[in-house]
Amino acid sequence: MSPRRAVITGIGVMAPGGTGREAFWDLVTSGKTATRTISLFDPTGFRSRVAAECDFDAAALGLTPREIRRMDRAAQLAVVSAREAVSDSGLEPERLNPHRVGVALGSAVGCTMRLEQEYVVLSDHGRHWDVDHAYAVPHLYDYMVPSTLAREVAWACGAEGPVALISTGCTSGMDAVGHGARIIEEGAADVVVAGATDAPISPISVACFDAIKATSPNNDDPEHASRPFDLNRDGFVLGEGAAAFVLEPEDEARRRGAHIYAAITGYATRSNAFHMTGLKPDGREMAEAIGHALHEAQASAEDVHYINAHGSGTKQNDRHETAAFKRSLGDRAREIPVSSIKSMVGHSLGSIGAIELAACALVINRGVVPPTANLHTPDPECDLDYVPLTARECRVAGVLSVASGFGGFQSAMILQELGAVRG
Amino acid sequence: MRARSVVTGIGVVAPNGADLEDYWAATLSGRSGIAPMTRPAASSYPLRLAGEVPAFAAEDHVPGRIAVQTDRWTHLGLAASAMALADADADPAAFPEYDMAVVTASSSGGTEFGQREIQKLWSRGPRSVGAYQSIAWFYAASTGQTSIRYGMRGPCRVLATEQTGGIEALAEARRILRGGARLVLAGGTDASLCPYGIVAQFTNGQISRATVPEQAYLPFDRRADGYVPGEGGAMMVLEDLDEARRRGVTDVYGEIVGYGATFDPPPDSRRPPNLRRAIQVAFDDAGLTAGDIDVVFADAHGTPSADRLEAETLVSLFGERSVPVTAPKTMTGRLYAGGAALDVATALLSLRDQTIPPTVGIHRPAFASALDLVVDQARPATLRTALVVARGHGGFNAALIVRLILD
Repeated sequence: MSPRRAVITGIGVMAPGGTGREAFWDLVTSGKTATRTISLFDPTGFRSRVAAECDFDAAALGLTPREIRRMDRAAQLAVVSAREAVSDSGLEPERLNPHRVGVALGSAVGCTMRLEQEYVVLSDHGRHWDVDHAYAVPHLYDYMVPSTLAREVAWACGAEGPVALISTGCTSGMDAVGHGARIIEEGAADVVVAGATDAPISPISVACFDAIKATSPNNDDPEHASRPFDLNRDGFVLGEGAAAFVLEPEDEARRRGAHIYAAITGYATRSNAFHMTGLKPDGREMAEAIGHALHEAQASAEDVHYINAHGSGTKQNDRHETAAFKRSLGDRAREIPVSSIKSMVGHSLGSIGAIELAACALVINRGVVPPTANLHTPDPECDLDYVPLTARECRVAGVLSVASGFGGFQSAMILQELGAVRG
Repeated sequence: MRARSVVTGIGVVAPNGADLEDYWAATLSGRSGIAPMTRPAASSYPLRLAGEVPAFAAEDHVPGRIAVQTDRWTHLGLAASAMALADADADPAAFPEYDMAVVTASSSGGTEFGQREIQKLWSRGPRSVGAYQSIAWFYAASTGQTSIRYGMRGPCRVLATEQTGGIEALAEARRILRGGARLVLAGGTDASLCPYGIVAQFTNGQISRATVPEQAYLPFDRRADGYVPGEGGAMMVLEDLDEARRRGVTDVYGEIVGYGATFDPPPDSRRPPNLRRAIQVAFDDAGLTAGDIDVVFADAHGTPSADRLEAETLVSLFGERSVPVTAPKTMTGRLYAGGAALDVATALLSLRDQTIPPTVGIHRPAFASALDLVVDQARPATLRTALVVARGHGGFNAALIVRLILD
């Protein structure tokens, strides 16, 4: 046994469709979707007008008026999920040594919602390039630097150890959890709050994905717009949300009798060095990441009982990763249930990787695999078992989760129940 | 055996130097790059001075196709990366693709590019936003573009911790080398001197309002009243020492031997700040003590309270006036994600040439009895080990120790 192997002892989720971890689990095992017509701003005139939004009441969830004024929506989501994770872990924050508590938070786009809102004021609706400083709010610099998101979580959790924001596009969430696990393994902290957040449902983010036709224009049927692996998929549906984990070294977690959801036994990331948004159909670099993650876990394809796909619902992604699974897992890929919860909670950019890992840890814990919603017409080029429409009960001791992001990032992580861990 | 992470190449793009040796010559001679801001017109803002990289033309460094889809911050990063690889005499084509990685720090992403596209959106409507906004504004743009340019397919990363980002990137590079990679291109740049970027920076309340370049950024001086922002930074090639020698490298700048990072408690807390502990963690990581440090490259924030905290921290670790301290960033301004990376590069040059570059403009030292601040002129010294200290807005503290390889 590796005494400092990172294990998950607490989970917090703030995702579309409900508040908290249990509401999230109920949604993603129900096969219902949280995608709808955008309500956070008036989307008239945009190509894609659908999104998966959080019905998020910051005040009801315990944030003070000052915190709400100070924090971008992404920070609010992150803090709420971090507090839930710490509470779930059973740790008593006041009894921890702050010096031994770290934070590893992922975000792809930082505080863009507030940055855009303030820009609109300072530029008087984009009229002036030389924006007027007289109208700047005091926290504007905090929004400009995404590290503020990690600061807010550190303050909320009393962390004074290593704190970092990881921003590798849409792999940020998985990479932040991987980074947090490394910090535990290296011994720089005994508790790491690791996770990710993004709140990109604002005009500039929707417009930038419109411009490259990456998001679904299925505005007439928003509940069924996110269709990973379906022949009729037409792009991803933007989402928002946050998830956080409490990570601890296995020996410490056992000593205090903590409930351990799963161990992080393997993690790897590779870059395709091919194109900022394009993917080669062969899935080569993602397969390489999967192979290395399995190697680190001393696990084989047989040890993977569920694959949480990136499954964004773009034409190229779903073929790319189907190829990556076959390439890395061989014939075994056809036997493993694969699903994409983005069909239900959308694609919240940097945060979704952490939200999906939350689902993975709960899958191991509860023996139920979430379905891929809206998968009615299989794409012949996506020919694995994507668990269409309804959840499936099965014992899962090991999970593979993958993430793929703009910039060419490809990441893979293996979570295993403690009894299944080797080495 | 665990990899020994050494720096084999450095690329610099700084306000007072367009490349490594230009920058180093300027820095040793005390030539500052802080000047009246030209982009945008300074007269519109309470901030008049900046450390702009003068006469930097993207077309000289970045293929045109890439230049149009990236922000100036990425242009500066690509330029520094190319220079670092050339300096290391490393041809990426000669390395296995998965054994190379890119790690950059970004403090605020593609601010100018982003401002332009948000302006289009709000003045002309959603369909006017360009196709490159989605890949130019986000913080991962420089790492992504650099990995594509050189076919680096190993574990790439982006860290955002404001001014400590450069140290975090180098620490991550060391982690990646220990994981088996052979070459990591790591460091940071920043460039947020567009109108929205400047106004946002001004709201942090820490920017100097001075109008005379020589009197604007005066850390550890009684007249200190804030810092001057700048742009630019440094990228470095890191390799394992044995691997580097195996491919014929004879000139190694130095080894990264120690790293520590901590975070401060909230401002309303009664708990003490954690800068000292970051340095102590770096000492422990390196297996060194204060007595082994020959020079300190200070964070040198330039605000009186932050300067006092750093001075007291250094005295508590080293004793009074027992180690030379310097802040060559008084000639560039604070470069955010590029700042600590450039400080590490400067520390390595200092070790190479056995010379400590000066802190400029300090005429009324505030901590004269506590700090042996190297002022006005470069100081020759016997140097083996340097400590670089950085603090990032919000509470980030980091320390990195670099050491000459002596055989």
